[in-house]
Amino acid sequence: MTKPAIRFEKVSRHFGDVIAVDAVDLEIQDGEFFSMLGPSGSGKTTCLRMIAGFDRPTSGRIFLFGQEVSNLPPFERDVNTVFQDYALFPHMTVGDNIAYGLMIKRVPKDERKKRVDEMLDLVQLAGFAARKPSQLSGGQRQRVALARALINHPKVLLLDEPLGALDLKLRQQMQVELKSIQKRIGITFIFVTHDQEEALTMSDRIAVFNQGRIEQVGTPSEVYEKPATPFVAGFVGTSNLISGDVAKRITGSEKTFSIRPEKIYLGSLSDAPSEKMYSATGTVRDVIYLGLYTRYLVNLDDGGELVVIEQNLKTTSMDVLKTRDQKVCLSWDKEHISRVGG
Amino acid sequence: MPSKSQGDKASFGLTLGAIGTLLFLHVPLMIIFLYSFTTDEATYTFPLPGFTTKWFGEALKRTDLWDALTLSLKVATLSTIAALILGTLAAAAVYRSDFFGRDAVSFLLVLPIALPGIVTGIALRSAIGSLSIPFTFWTIVIGHATFCVVVVYNNVLARFRRMSGSQIEASMDLGANSFQTFRHVVLPNIGTALLAGGMLAFALSFDEVIVTTFTAGQQSTLPIWIFSQLVRPRDRPVTNVVATIVILITFLPIFFAQKISAESSESEGGSK
Repeated sequence: MTKPAIRFEKVSRHFGDVIAVDAVDLEIQDGEFFSMLGPSGSGKTTCLRMIAGFDRPTSGRIFLFGQEVSNLPPFERDVNTVFQDYALFPHMTVGDNIAYGLMIKRVPKDERKKRVDEMLDLVQLAGFAARKPSQLSGGQRQRVALARALINHPKVLLLDEPLGALDLKLRQQMQVELKSIQKRIGITFIFVTHDQEEALTMSDRIAVFNQGRIEQVGTPSEVYEKPATPFVAGFVGTSNLISGDVAKRITGSEKTFSIRPEKIYLGSLSDAPSEKMYSATGTVRDVIYLGLYTRYLVNLDDGGELVVIEQNLKTTSMDVLKTRDQKVCLSWDKEHISRVGG
Repeated sequence: MPSKSQGDKASFGLTLGAIGTLLFLHVPLMIIFLYSFTTDEATYTFPLPGFTTKWFGEALKRTDLWDALTLSLKVATLSTIAALILGTLAAAAVYRSDFFGRDAVSFLLVLPIALPGIVTGIALRSAIGSLSIPFTFWTIVIGHATFCVVVVYNNVLARFRRMSGSQIEASMDLGANSFQTFRHVVLPNIGTALLAGGMLAFALSFDEVIVTTFTAGQQSTLPIWIFSQLVRPRDRPVTNVVATIVILITFLPIFFAQKISAESSESEGGSK
């Protein structure tokens, strides 16, 4: 049986009175593209820094392929990091930056040069070895930082919000590229981000962090379609949360459930919903036409409010705006709700 | 305001002011320079009664002068080395770790340069005296180190603050231990700051009078020797010759220190 690449055993990290990471248990498999998703201050970066060795757990243990690394210094761990600000060495050329790890390990010059060239090819920067980091664009620096980490053949690559400083187009391009590099070399990538779309795009699995704890671990579709907690439902995508009496009248149970806005059909009162559907009636309070789709805010007759998103398949802006203040019947597949505790 | 709209060209008034300031600062130096070539032994008469280079020869023959010069160079070298080590360590401590009273420590480190030299001097004299340490070459070095440390500390700390903190983490992450990280990442980053701070410290130590008067025993450093010559008006041009030499010795390090600081700030500004 293969050992997990990373295992957290009741790991906590306190900064004075602040509990940054609170008794986290976690397993990340070898070869996974794993994202740690959460708002700032949720503990995801602290977890990453503890894997890298820049921070030590206050309590609990961290294992790298079965070997405990909790108290090893960063330079004795087989992991490498791509930093948020890239942290390139400004006094060295791109080539020397990438070769840094090999230079420290006293790899002979010829081999160093060969491997630097391979890395530059991998990140599509062939011919840039002699430049200084200050002569590169943000996206190019990002690639150099990636090459500098990967050249050491780490067992796990850590990425700390590496795309945060790039503009949207470049970010989307790098997302695809990172994913394909990860597939090609096959090592575990642990990617920290606060951008849910980024996490959904790239990851095999996602851990959603909130206030030092992991709320849910799952594949992107699990996390999106079956959020385990109200926090996950709200943080990953937008979601309607219905609880209490309203929930009881719709589903027969008081338990809070979440339903994604795009899963709801907007129909007229005369439409009879099928057995497999839940339904509720209400009045359209507001209509927001967004080109690709339209967002409706509907006040339910039983109380509460639902957001509904419909693609503009046949409708135009004139059509959708007419629905304002009209009575409607909302219905959705029973399978599409997710009980989120409470 | 026509002068304002001209952009990069300075107004007439400003030019005049700048020239005036430069003259005010440097004419006295020119006078010293000029009178090291006079034939008149005791007074400053203008125009020079005659031109001679014999005072340079005279100066060469004076062993007390050469003793003073070597002492000054030795003191300046040692206090600069001490300042480089202590200043860098202090800057690293204040920058890297967050301990109780850090701001107070930073303030106390900078204080000696703001304190009047006379206060530093008398404080050191009392301290050294009460410990019954004899006043020697080493007490001068200690005295000078107090203000030299500040110069290095300030330069290095400023550089640390401009350096991205994650560079050190990146180096460790790539397998370098603390020593390798210092050698390959920290030192190249602060190298020019050390050079600039060191040169400034050297220049400060070399012409120090006040603290030296309090911490020296029988020895005279060069500035003290010059000072003592003023009481004896004979051989005045010899003093002028020495002053000229001192100007040259101090001028070079300061010139290079400024050049280095300017260059490194330009290149780092470009990478932002």
